[in-house]
Amino acid sequence: MSNDTVQYLLRLGDNALILSHRLSEWCGKGPALEEDMALANTALDLLGQARLWLSYAGELEDAGRDEDALAYRRNDRQFCNLLLVERPNGSYADTMVRQFFFDAWHHLALQGLCRSADERIAGIAAKAIKEVEYHLRRSSDLVVRLGDGTAQSQKMMQRAVDELWTYTGEMFESDGVDEQAVVAGIGFDPVALREPWLSYVREVLSEATLRIPPADAFMQKGGKQGRHTEALSYLLGEMQYLQRAYPGAQW
Amino acid sequence: MKKEWPLWEVFIRSQHGLAHKHVGSLHASDAEMAINHARDVYTRRNEGVSIWVVRSADVVASSPDEKAPLFEPANSKVYRHPTFFPMPEEIKHI
Repeated sequence: MSNDTVQYLLRLGDNALILSHRLSEWCGKGPALEEDMALANTALDLLGQARLWLSYAGELEDAGRDEDALAYRRNDRQFCNLLLVERPNGSYADTMVRQFFFDAWHHLALQGLCRSADERIAGIAAKAIKEVEYHLRRSSDLVVRLGDGTAQSQKMMQRAVDELWTYTGEMFESDGVDEQAVVAGIGFDPVALREPWLSYVREVLSEATLRIPPADAFMQKGGKQGRHTEALSYLLGEMQYLQRAYPGAQW
Repeated sequence: MKKEWPLWEVFIRSQHGLAHKHVGSLHASDAEMAINHARDVYTRRNEGVSIWVVRSADVVASSPDEKAPLFEPANSKVYRHPTFFPMPEEIKHI
């Protein structure tokens, strides 16, 4: 039970950590100063959330690993984030579609976690959901602007939607860890998020004049169980470099 | 085609009861995006409870050339300042 809970927390923490790192890769390269800062803000929000989830996971695990050990000294197969969040940044269209798909899910997931029987989980979720509400508002807004924008931006957005769609199915897959979290009353049922997610995404994509791919399309999965796309290994190579080269280094 | 987004002036109210204060400007394609950008650029350190944005092009400014007729006449009218009342010693902070 406790092992499952640790795994459950690692998933939440890894989603936030990996997406935060991806967004931080935009720092200084955003298409406009204002967008650059907005992405950095989102990255920092997610990093803060990752710290809370991973610290709690480390405490429950009780094996002497703190948030830093979990973030910087695990290998790719030990990460259990969704495949979606590790996908490379690509163009701004790719980044915003990835963000939109994730934010829409993240917001629903945190709503569920706010009702967790575990007070610490409910507390972290209550803090995070305020940040994520804004993330979702921003990414929805940009999806509509870029989708219903110029012929070029619409083309790029449609390509991003079609490309990333295959990584969305995993968000609604339930496995033993999820089931255990539901039984213990500490987590949410991912399957139940699918309909509300689809209905929100459908609404925004239609306003953005973008085609929504079929809901029953082939979906990639495995991230939650540690089977990742190769993109994650390169990301970790950069993110973990310092702690790998100089173990225990501090500022 | 103009590639830059239009410029907006940003006003932030830092506390209830205080007036909105001009804090700077930013680029955005319309009002909604300007509010989002203002939030991201100017309220990162807990500065605000309310944001106003105004298109910079809509701000009507006095001309620097008119400085003399507009402002200099007030310079010589010191009696408009409430500085001629004797204040009792014990009253502070006025």
